[in-house]
Amino acid sequence: MAVLTHRATPRSRRSGRRLAADAGLLVVAAAFALPLAWVILSSLDAHADLRVKMPDGVTLSNFDAVLKPDITFTPLLNSLILCGGGTALTVVCAALAAYPLSRFRSRLNRPFLLTILFATSLPITAIMVPVYALFVQVNLIDTTQGTVFFFAASQLPFAIWLMKNFMDGVPKELEEAAWTDGASSLQSLVRIVLPLMGPGVAVVTVFSFVMMWGNFFVPFMLLLTPDQMPASVSINEFFGNRGTVVYGQLAAFSVIYSTPVILLYVLVARRLGGGFALGGAVKG
Amino acid sequence: MSAGTRAASPPVRPLGARGAAPRRGGLLRSLTRTLPLAPAVVLLLLFLAGPIVYCAYIAFTDLQLTGQAHASFVGFDNFRAAFRDDAFINAVWLTLVFTVLSSLVGQNTLGLALAALMERASKPVRTLVGAVVITAWVLPEVVAGFLLYAFFRREGTLNAILQWLHLPSQNWMFTLPILAVSFANVWRGTAFSMLVYSAALGEIPKEITEAAEVDGAGGWRRMWHITLPMIRRSIGTNLMLNTLQTLSVFGLIWVMTRGGPGNRSQTLPLFMYEQAFQNSMIGYGTAVALLLLVVGSLFSLVYMRLLRTEL
Repeated sequence: MAVLTHRATPRSRRSGRRLAADAGLLVVAAAFALPLAWVILSSLDAHADLRVKMPDGVTLSNFDAVLKPDITFTPLLNSLILCGGGTALTVVCAALAAYPLSRFRSRLNRPFLLTILFATSLPITAIMVPVYALFVQVNLIDTTQGTVFFFAASQLPFAIWLMKNFMDGVPKELEEAAWTDGASSLQSLVRIVLPLMGPGVAVVTVFSFVMMWGNFFVPFMLLLTPDQMPASVSINEFFGNRGTVVYGQLAAFSVIYSTPVILLYVLVARRLGGGFALGGAVKG
Repeated sequence: MSAGTRAASPPVRPLGARGAAPRRGGLLRSLTRTLPLAPAVVLLLLFLAGPIVYCAYIAFTDLQLTGQAHASFVGFDNFRAAFRDDAFINAVWLTLVFTVLSSLVGQNTLGLALAALMERASKPVRTLVGAVVITAWVLPEVVAGFLLYAFFRREGTLNAILQWLHLPSQNWMFTLPILAVSFANVWRGTAFSMLVYSAALGEIPKEITEAAEVDGAGGWRRMWHITLPMIRRSIGTNLMLNTLQTLSVFGLIWVMTRGGPGNRSQTLPLFMYEQAFQNSMIGYGTAVALLLLVVGSLFSLVYMRLLRTEL
């Protein structure tokens, strides 16, 4: 008997530990889930307020109310133009820049990469006031292209860093064969290297897009005309009109605005096995 | 880019069929090799380095938002004014509280705890927790702000729970606004630490922890003497990145409190914005921005030192 209990101890201790870990995690998850539950339940509730509560009856009236050109479609289209343009510019510039950094040795690579790494962690928020002042002087204020350029520049350091690390993982042998056949650098980049690092390019693209889609401060500072505002800024209109805030509609808009980035994240995370490969990116 | 300097570096890779090309081809080749860097470098110089230099310039002027022909150089006046300004000192303190509470204590510790628990938990629980915590992270900043605004408001979910537990309810956004926004930042940012620590813990060889377990080391002792020393590099990088991210939080606080009530949740980015745009003092606001940038750069340099051996 004594022998039996003695034998059972490690296993029961382990399963006890697992139970405790599960319980602890579920408590934390519940706390994290409450605000998420609010937005989903409220978006389906005709009488939503600030509390998490089950709706009396599920309704799509909130979605009906916000799915109008001036409330939802124009801001989302603006977001798409700004973030799509910014992401395209970022990815193209980052892929081009990563190629010589990854493939050719130069004594300038190290200082350049160190500068890039330094720039990845600068607080962009801090330079928005001077950027505003500068944009006023060069007439880029309140223009889509100015905001796109700034988005791209602010995202580029991290994009170059990521792209270079992914590119380092592509073996050189295939390219060398192409070089012997007379292919130029650009040809081997576009035809050989980039297709081989598809997941890496996807990560850089999705990451840049998600960061821009959620960014509030940059368009808030650099754009002035309400018609040009992306969803991240226009969402504040729900509070702007002094009257009572229709929380159900705010929640419905939040759901619509958040869905694309969550889907994109799931898409990429699933292909890369979670973690967004960010763990690796952080460690260099 | 200085293509000329680049030309000095010898080509390392033999060039296949055309490898016999004489050395004078080197300059041209270096130029064409450097060319792909050009678009990125131009963008970075114009839109990132430019504003930083401009920032360092107008921080020393009395530039205003409107009605002034040209700004004049005022030396360190803006900085002297800042350190005599109670509102600035207030913002510095609040930024410190916000950073220490939400980044150092909150995100970092909770992220490590979650990662450590997830190692032991069953798979469905692990997946569920990961999904919920990461969703909070992926949500746009402004949406996160609204969700936590609803959570902390007097009529919000937190007070409903407190009442249900027969605990006194509070007007959180009024009594302790800085605590409310700090919790909001923990809610939003913990996923990053969790991912970093999950990756770090996953790299610790199983034999080591098992050996310690056989030797009779308890859970806490194993954590303190084995796990933490082994992941200390990840702790360093994570702390730096969390702090840098937290220093530049604007949207979250703006949506929840606008820096108020009064200025009791006005961290430096919000103070900078208010000075520059509500008080029209671009020069003064930029001086504050420059201070923020310098602090951020120092953290950034420490972060790079931590990464140094890996580059």
